[in-house]
Order: sequence, then structure tokens, then C-alpha cells
Amino acid sequence: MALEYLGLREISGPLVILDGIENPSYEEVVTIQLNGKMRTGKIIEISGKSVVVQVFENTSEMSLTNTKTTLTGKPMMLPLSKEILGRTFNGSGRPIDGLGEIFPEKKADINGKPINPVSREYPRDFIQTGISSIDCLTTLIRGQKLPIFSGNGLPQDNLAVQIVRQAQLAGESDTQFAVVFAAMGVKNDVADFFRRSFEESGVLDRVVMFLNLSNDPVAERIITPRAALTAAEYLAYEHNMHILVILTDMTAYAEALREISSSKGEIPSRKGFPGYLYSDLASLFERAGMIHSSTGSVTQIPILSMPNDDITHPIPDLTGYITEGQIVLDRALSQKGVYPPVSVLPSLSRLMKDGIGEGYTREDHPDLANQLFASYAKVQDVRSLASVIGEDELSPLDRLYLEFGRKFETLFLNQGKNENRPIGTTLSLGWSLLSMLPREELDRIDSEILDKYYKPQNEAV
Amino acid sequence: MATTVKGYIYGINGPVVHVKGSSDFGMMQMVKVGEEGLIGEVIGVESDHTIVQVYESTTGLHTNEPVESLGMPMSVTLGPGIIGNIFDGIERPLKDLEQKSGAFLDRGIHTSAIDLQKKWNVSMCCKQGDSVSAGSIIATLPETSLVVHKVMVPAGINGTIEETVPDGAYSAQDTLVKIRTDKGSIVDIGMVQTWPIRTPRTVRERKPISRPLITGQRIIDTLLPIAKGGTAAIPGGFGTGKTMTQHQLAKWCDADIIVYIGCGERGNEMTQVLEDFSKLVDPKSGRPLMDRTVLIANTSNMPVAAREASIYTGITLAEYYRDMGYHVAIMADSTSRWAEALREISGRLEEMPAEEGFPAYLSSRLSGFYERAGYVENLNGTEGSVTIIGAVSPQGGDFSEPVTQNTKRFVRCFWALDRQLAYSRHYPAINWLTSYSEYIDDLYTWYEENVDENFLKYRAEIVSILQEESQLMEIVKLIGSDVLHDEQKLVLDIAKIIRLGFLQQNAYHKSDTYVPLTKQFKMMELVLYLRKKAKEVISKQIPISQLRETNIFEDTIKLKYDIGNDELEKFEEYKHKIDRLCAQIIQNQQ
Ligand SMILES: Nc1ncnc2c1ncn2[C@@H]1O[C@H](COP(=O)(O)OP(=O)(O)O)[C@@H](O)[C@H]1O
Ligand SMILES: [Mg+2]
Repeated sequence: MALEYLGLREISGPLVILDGIENPSYEEVVTIQLNGKMRTGKIIEISGKSVVVQVFENTSEMSLTNTKTTLTGKPMMLPLSKEILGRTFNGSGRPIDGLGEIFPEKKADINGKPINPVSREYPRDFIQTGISSIDCLTTLIRGQKLPIFSGNGLPQDNLAVQIVRQAQLAGESDTQFAVVFAAMGVKNDVADFFRRSFEESGVLDRVVMFLNLSNDPVAERIITPRAALTAAEYLAYEHNMHILVILTDMTAYAEALREISSSKGEIPSRKGFPGYLYSDLASLFERAGMIHSSTGSVTQIPILSMPNDDITHPIPDLTGYITEGQIVLDRALSQKGVYPPVSVLPSLSRLMKDGIGEGYTREDHPDLANQLFASYAKVQDVRSLASVIGEDELSPLDRLYLEFGRKFETLFLNQGKNENRPIGTTLSLGWSLLSMLPREELDRIDSEILDKYYKPQNEAV
Repeated sequence: MATTVKGYIYGINGPVVHVKGSSDFGMMQMVKVGEEGLIGEVIGVESDHTIVQVYESTTGLHTNEPVESLGMPMSVTLGPGIIGNIFDGIERPLKDLEQKSGAFLDRGIHTSAIDLQKKWNVSMCCKQGDSVSAGSIIATLPETSLVVHKVMVPAGINGTIEETVPDGAYSAQDTLVKIRTDKGSIVDIGMVQTWPIRTPRTVRERKPISRPLITGQRIIDTLLPIAKGGTAAIPGGFGTGKTMTQHQLAKWCDADIIVYIGCGERGNEMTQVLEDFSKLVDPKSGRPLMDRTVLIANTSNMPVAAREASIYTGITLAEYYRDMGYHVAIMADSTSRWAEALREISGRLEEMPAEEGFPAYLSSRLSGFYERAGYVENLNGTEGSVTIIGAVSPQGGDFSEPVTQNTKRFVRCFWALDRQLAYSRHYPAINWLTSYSEYIDDLYTWYEENVDENFLKYRAEIVSILQEESQLMEIVKLIGSDVLHDEQKLVLDIAKIIRLGFLQQNAYHKSDTYVPLTKQFKMMELVLYLRKKAKEVISKQIPISQLRETNIFEDTIKLKYDIGNDELEKFEEYKHKIDRLCAQIIQNQQ
């Protein structure tokens, strides 16, 4: 029987300090008995026999005398078996769907271990999402980490479920496909929206949900994505499945981290976030990928809301430095009625270059994408000129650009929430738009490709 | 050998471990921490305890576990087998770690940096009675198809060769020579030596900078050149092209050896380098690029203290090959992650922070790192260089933050990546107006003698056209381009050719990815020729629209793809085409 320690020395926010602990180990989980109920926490600092414990549930009702603490000697472990498919867990990985405990095939440390870079398989397989802006311009690749940068009130959730639904339709074998969904600090409606959408698209029995909702303990949010990724890695690397992981909302996650850091009295870097926010986020996002020893994959679509729509805020900023691109949503486009309101210029898929073109999607895809980016960038210049001198004063060419810009937004970016465009359709649509512009303007495209695909008479978009 | 010092773990906070039980630990000493013997380094000695940073995960370490000094400073092992390999931040070969722990990295695994069993074909180049000193080359062996490894006398040894082995196959464990030192003792020397990572390796003298590091990237070689032995920083927000630029340089620059450090960045990027460089062949030798490359991968999810060390491990390896007489280029992606590792450790030590939580010694650490670049004469009389190219990842893309600002003080090339250029997919997104190279004067003679005497003159003209364009654009943004007179419109047209046809360079295009200096020169010359001819046309009161209608400007932009790297004669043909066109326009006018 492990030693029980009575009482605490200090309580500070989600942290408690205990004295007189024999032989503690770093990051081991402790259990705390309080009024007959059990809470858990982990040791985050040791100094001799004093330890600082971060409590995952909240510390409310705790006093310096009413607790009994036991060390478990282990880091946080998640019970795993294939039965987790279709199940719902709370933010620390305990079943909350009333279907009972998991009979574990194994237990795994939720912190995972870094993938050895030499064991990684470089991701190259195109995932067709049926969404033109993504497939053509910010192509999603199996094993990629591609976040959605959103803002309050933008349709990031619709976009995420549309990706899940349509990517699943395009995938070759459904039995190898599953979704791991982790909610951190989102409202119940949001979690419910995802559940309903999964149900409607018939994937619910292939979804594993980890829910830490906005009224659940803040400190638990640190565990939720780790538990979810542990489940994803298990399914991907031990059962060779293709796992799509949705993590939402990473902003709430980072804010939880900030809260704990400030309770610890750590020196903050920008906007009060701890200096290790980058490394901490990386320890989650780097768990996407593929490895040589398995045919499975972990693809991540983290969702975050940019505070004040500011992409330079530390959360989107550090995320963009870690992930393999980003899909940025734009409020002005959304207000114009464009769905999905993907702001294509700041959006990027770093892995697309190796997963598109001849033998992957179509030979013209890379040049076409480059040209659409370049021409749409030019539209922005013309628009700002037009706002100064007036549209009527623009040269005929500039007016063509304005028209191109309008059509690009309403016909290419804009599509139905259930509209599933095959990649061929998307690329042809891109060409019909470019065909509005004079050939000399298309300076990103190889002459041979132009000869083959550029058809100015087909301007009938 | 120093006697080992022993203590026990008292406190743990992330990678920082507090040790009690002995006051004899020395600063910067390498230690083994805990029952698993995790590698660490002493970073602080206080009256009642010692502070150690641990290069592996500390999860699960208990108080009272033993800590033992290894009697030497944090060091790397130097010898054959480094080139072509991939190591973590403290020089553990990642392929060996994979063999021992599979796809996921375990801790506490001990491996040798160098394969001790492998036999190398050694040719001796000293004989009995030769007097030798630190740095003297005593033997050579083919390390890869591209690199001849030179076995050097380690530091601190002077004397005469007492005995040598004959040429033949030897392993890193074998003795190659016995040296009778000046003090009279006999020492056995093999292929392997160690060196403390935080100490620069000794050289005879620093030489002036005089040769460019040729990269095949037009905007760099022509507008913003870097010298062999020089330093450059590539600052830029995420997605602006820091990593791509470094990959391009690592692939194509004319250094003999590349040390590529992935410091706190993505795992997949290291995988990609490993795959690409094993497949891509060096254009000169036809051998895989990996045969001249060393990779150090301490990715963002690997232990943060080892990230801090990875930069020093890399630069020490670079200096070792420089000592053999090689030109080494080292890419560090990203130095900001290294600075953040410093900040994280500093925070855990509760040191007084300076700006944005970074420790006050950030600046001196940065300067100490960049100081290790240089063009030198080695102890053995050979010449070599270390060129450092560091990526900087400013938070929020804002260059006023401390790492960018401090780095700027110590580098002489500043390749500023620009978000707007990246958004419009103008790559490389190096902003030609805010970037600079201080090496132009140092390299003047070289360009004149080795490329063309007009090279720098043309360069200056290109720069001035771009500057003129940026001034004109101020007007255009306010009132449109219609108000400009034709001479000014021509500036805009020519500048557009320079931007799209010259500065923009597609890393994914088979021939455009690397362009030799001779072609870069021809391209500049041609653009300036076109400008001269177009000016003549305009000076005859012919509207510029007539020139534009011929599409000559667009055609010139595409020349980078249309004229191959070895078809330079086509530039002359193209000049004739320009002549004919202009003559035609002038004739039609009359
Ligand atoms: N020289 C280049 N040629 C073509 N594409 C480039 C070039 N430089 C950058 N890119 C594009 O920009 C993306 C981001 O570049 P990267 O070097 O990864 O940025 P950073 O390291 O600054 O975050 C790449 O995935 C690639 O698509
Ligand atoms: Mg990068």
C-alpha cells in the first residue's frame, strides 16, 4: 500500500504544494482524496521533499487539511484497445458515454515519445477534400498537420466536418479510416454539432471523442489533446489505420497553459504566454505523420481562433511556425457570403509540392496553383488602387483583374457546404478563370502547359 | 583522468536538475544523471548545490538518484563516419537509436557517435622521425565518395613520430602512429579525438575574406552575395521561405561540406533532407549530395536542452572539417529556437530576464556563435573556412524582436524575407530593398577576375532600377500609372523583368533551381541591353505601348526557363532579336 500524505502546504490556482514527500519522481501522477472523491494531478516540480502538483480537476473545496494524497509512481497512462472506436471520453480519457470502462489491450503514456526523424516516412499522398480552395491551393496530404486559423463566428466547424465527410468518401477503404476528435474548452453546442455531423455522415462508430467543454476544468485541457493523440497513434501505428485528428480549440488550450504557468509564477514571454509555448505546442503537432514501420497515418487538423483576428498573436504565430501550413479564414470574405471564406494568400500547404502534379493529381496543378496565387495577389493591388483613384480610372487590364477577382471569389472559393468537387473539376474551374486574363499575364506557367490548358475562348464561366 | 565526482538528485524542474551531495562538480562538465545515466552538463555551481541541464527527458526521474561526473567538458567525438550521417543534438547517430528503440526515441540509450568496428582504407602520410604538432595531418582515408578524411594530431601534442603502421585497413580503435612528445612520453594516436563543443577549435590565423560562396541563387549571388567564411541571417515569419532557402543553399552552394542543423524545427523537414540529399547528385561529381553532408536533427519535440547544444555540436563538426582544409557551410534552422531553449533554461533557473524573457547573455552567446565563422589558415598550414547561415524566426514576423536585432549586429549578410512577397508566391521572398550584404567590397576583385569585369557595374545598375521602381510605385499607388511619362513607364517594365525574370527563381524547376554565375551575368547583361534599346526607341517619341505590344517584355521574363544553363550563346541571338524588333518599330514610325 502506497504512502498517504495528509494535507497540503499551499494552494495556488490549479497548483498545490506538498511537503515531506518520500522519493517523488518527475511528472508522476498523484491521486488526491477529497471528501470521498478522487482527483488527479501530476508533479511538475520537485525540490527535495517538496513537490508542486498540478491538479487536473479544479482545486475548489480543497483546504490545507482535508486531502489525502498518494503517489502512483507513473506518468499519466491511457488504456487502449480497438474498442475505443465509437466511444466518448472526458478530457482526461475516462469514458462518459455510460458504456463502461475500456478493457485495455495496453496502456500508453499520454505524453508519447518523439518520432525519430529517420523513422519518418515523408508524406506524399493527396487527400481529396472536394473543396476547391483546399484541393487546388492548400492541398491536404495524408500525415500532414494543417491547422485552420479562424476567428469568432467564422464557419471553421462546418469546414472541418465537410473535410472529414468528403475526405472519407474519397478514401479507398473506410475500414482503415477513423476520426479522433478532441474538444478543449469549446461550448457544448460545438461538441454536439460535431457529434451530429459525424452521425449524419455515418462515421460515428469510427470516431473517438475526448471532450473537455468550456465548463470543464481548465487544467484538464492540458491532458485532452495528449490523450487524443495517444489514441490516434495507437490506431495508426499499431492497427495501420488512417486517422484524422481534429483538435479544437487550440486557443483555449494555450490559454490554459498560460493560466497554469502564471500560477507557477513563471517569467512570461509575449502576452503572458510561457516561453515554452512553442515547445509545448510542438510536442502535440509533431505527433502527426507517418512512420516506415506502419502503413497508418496521423493527419491533424487543429482549429484555433485568432484573438482579434490577429495572425501575429502568439497562438497562431507559434502554430504556423510548427505546422505544415495553415488554412486562414477571413471575416471580410465571410461577410461577402463566401463559404468557405478561405483567405488564400496567407494560406499555405507546405507538403503540397510533393503530393501534386504529374502522377499525383495532374501535371498542370503546380503551375495553375502558383498562377492563381500570383494573379489573385495582383487583384489585391488593383483593388487598393481602385479604392484610391476609383474603378473608372483603372486601365482595361486592371479592370479585367477586378473581374477575375470577383469571379475567383464567387465561383472558385465559394461552394456549397455539401458540394464535393472532384480535383479535375476544381482544376478546370481554375483554368476557366485564368482564361479571362491575357496570356502574357500568366508568367508563372510553363509555355507547354499554357498551350495545352489555356483556352481564352472558353471564358464562359 | 580526473576522479569522478558523485552526488544525488535533489530537485527537478523540466530539463533542469538540482544536485546535492558534492561541491566538487565543475562548470560545463559532462555528467550522467540517474540510474539510466542520462547525459547532462553542469550549468551552475552554487554553495549548497549544483545545477545540471539534462539532454534527455527527465520524466520519471526520482530524487536521490545518483549523478556522476564524467571528468570532461561536454564534448563531441570527431573521426571518420560523420559525413553522410544524421545525429541528434548531442551527436548520437539517429539510425543507431532507431535500431535500439524503434521509431520512437527512448532515453538513456548509449551509442558511439562513430562506428568503431568499420575498417577504413588508410594511407599514411608521415614517417618515423617526422616532427608533428597539433593539427598535423598524419594519414588520410576516403570517408565518402566526396570527402577525403584527414587524420590530424589532437590538440596538446607536440613531438616526433616514433612508429607508424603501414598503409592498410584500420578501424577507429586502432593506433596509427606513436608519438614521442616533447616531454618524453609516448602517446598512441588513432583516427578519433574529442573536442569540447563550447570552445572554438584553434587556428593559426584568420585570413581576410575574399571569395564568394556561390549558391546558384540569383538574388544571393548577384545582389546579396555571401563570402566563404562569412555570416548571414535569414529572418522571416512562418512560411516565408527560410527553410527552403537553406535547403537550396545546402544543395547547390560550392562548399566542400555542409553541416545542416535542424534546431527545434519539423521532423518531416529532416526526413526530407535525408531523402532528397541521398537521391540528388552533386552536379560536379555525380555523387549523392549526402556524401558531403552531415545532418543534426534536434526537432521541436526533442529535448530542449539538447536543442541548445545542437548548435555547438554542429559548429564543432564544421570546424573539424575546416581544419582538414575544407570549405564548410553550416545552416542553422532555426537560431531562434536555440535562443528560446536558452530562455527556457534561464527561466527555470529564475535568472533575471532582459527583453521578452530572454536572458541578458543572449547577445554574447549569439556573437560567440557567429564569431566561429571565418576564413582561416589552419594549424597544419591548409586553408579552410566556415560559413554560417542562420535562420531567424521572429515572433509575429516582427524584426524588432531581440533575436533578430541581436543577430543583426553580428552578421554581415541580412536576407530579409518578406511576407507580402511570399503571399504572392514570389520566391525566394528576399526583400531586395531591406536586405543587404556587406561583402561586396571584399569580393570585388574576385567577381572582376572570375566572372566579368562588368559584373559589379551591372549589379549596381540593377539595384538602382529596383530603387527607382520603388519610388515610382509610391506615385502609382496614389494616382495610377497613367500619369507617368514613358521613360518612367519603361523603368517599371524593366524592373518587372528584373523581379519576375531574374530575382524570382523557382526551386522546383529542373534548371532554374541552380543557375551558374555566367548565366546570371548574361541575364543581367541582357536586361540592361533591352533597357538601352528600349530607351532609344522611346527617345524617338515612339510610345512605349508599341514596344509592349510586341510582348518583348514578357518574353524576356520567360528567358530564365527558355535558355538552358549551358545555352549561353542564345543570349546573343536574343540580342539580335531585340535589335530587329526595335529597328522594325523605328522603321514603322518613319
Ligand atoms: N525558393 C522557393 N521556390 C519555390 N517555393 C518556395 C521557395 N521558398 C519557399 N517556397 C514555398 O514556401 C513554403 C514555405 O517555405 P519554408 O522554407 O518552409 O518557410 P519557413 O521555413 O520560412 O517557414 C514552401 O513549402 C514552398 O511551398
Ligand atoms: Mg522553416
